[in-house]
Amino acid sequence: MTCNEAEVLLHALLDDELDAGHARDAEAHTAACPRCAAELREYRVMHAAMSSGELRYVAPASLRARVNAMVPAAAPRAPNRRMLFKGFALGSMLSAAAAASIVITVIRSDQDQMITGELVSAHLRSLQAEHLTDVQTSDQHTVKPWFNGRLDVAPPVVDLTAQGFTLVGGRLDYVDGRPVAAIVYRRSNHVINLFVAQGSSFGHGAKFRTVQGFNVKLWSEQGLNFWAVSDINAGELQEFEDKFEAATRPGAGA
Amino acid sequence: MMLARRRPDRTQAAECAPMAAGIDNSDPDRARRFRDAALPHLDAVYTLANYLLHNTADAEDAVQECYLRALRHFDTLRNSDIKPWLFAILRNVCRAEYARRSGVVLHVVGAEADNSEATVPLWREAQDSPETEVLRELDAKTIRRLVAALPDSFREAIVLREINDLSYREIAEVIGAPVGTVMSRLARARSMLRTAWLAAEGQPT
Repeated sequence: MTCNEAEVLLHALLDDELDAGHARDAEAHTAACPRCAAELREYRVMHAAMSSGELRYVAPASLRARVNAMVPAAAPRAPNRRMLFKGFALGSMLSAAAAASIVITVIRSDQDQMITGELVSAHLRSLQAEHLTDVQTSDQHTVKPWFNGRLDVAPPVVDLTAQGFTLVGGRLDYVDGRPVAAIVYRRSNHVINLFVAQGSSFGHGAKFRTVQGFNVKLWSEQGLNFWAVSDINAGELQEFEDKFEAATRPGAGA
Repeated sequence: MMLARRRPDRTQAAECAPMAAGIDNSDPDRARRFRDAALPHLDAVYTLANYLLHNTADAEDAVQECYLRALRHFDTLRNSDIKPWLFAILRNVCRAEYARRSGVVLHVVGAEADNSEATVPLWREAQDSPETEVLRELDAKTIRRLVAALPDSFREAIVLREINDLSYREIAEVIGAPVGTVMSRLARARSMLRTAWLAAEGQPT
């Protein structure tokens, strides 16, 4: 093989695009030709420097919001006919007031389910897109102020490293078309996304759901709703909630 | 670069409105599928836009337009891979933006591409540098500057390969050219970049 022939193959070799036969030929050539070998080494340096991720750009939150706004996140679904009918059918046996409350419960649980689905989607996106955090630091005093001006709430941020859950950073995410805080923790190799938004729909004592194999823990505290999403098991997620609540309780010194 | 470096006029944003109106958002499941499939690539698409357009304001507008078009044509994607598809849309948006700014630029981009194939042996030039020269790692800012200085068709090839980590087949899909063209363009792009890289070493950044 001549150097000219090897030239294009060098790149394909570097890019892992050669079949075994051609790869062997290209390697044989570089083993015998110091000039092509040196060139390949240099291209490898360039390749490593460029693919490190430092040359990528991160879409600003404003752009993310603009793109998100194009896809209205499933507007809260209107109660469908069947559910209403169910409500009224029962209502004929009970008082009208009771019927109304059933309809509300049916609608709310439907919406809860939808939001839970969206949270799991957001959790998955955060893992796939290498966009786990907008602000990456284990310092709670850096993460908390970062959310200022980005959200209408000030989510509590605590580092739970001592309790076995390491604070990794924070991120702005969108659920149900609204911006929410995502505080990211790690437990060994598992990621926990803790989503925080205004509201108090769950009360204390928390609820638990499993969606697509992910565990979701819901609770409310101080006018905020919390959803912890992760692939760690239910017991560990409960432990996370307990530790988080203990650390953020007024007077806990957080 | 032939591009006029001016702020994009905001009529572009206004143009988006009627297009958004043409999008079928009545199916929440479709919207969610689009989000889950397309949004994870936002940073990668934004990265390519920055390298193609050279400024962040234009890049943001181009990405938004790209996602509008993608959403509108999402049903045509079927089972193919969304990543090269998004990049191809972005590339069309950027080329349309070139064309809008200047009627001749599109032609220039095409001529440049032809030129690359006609002058293939040129990529040997970098080998003339003495073998004792050692290429070292440069800082990200300098590399960005060197990449930005590459001609359009070579810049997009190298950004897609090195920074966005696409395979040759995916790049071929994005730029609508055979894999052989991708290979020769990439070889030439790396050779040009290597020459510039060696020249940049030792220079104050």
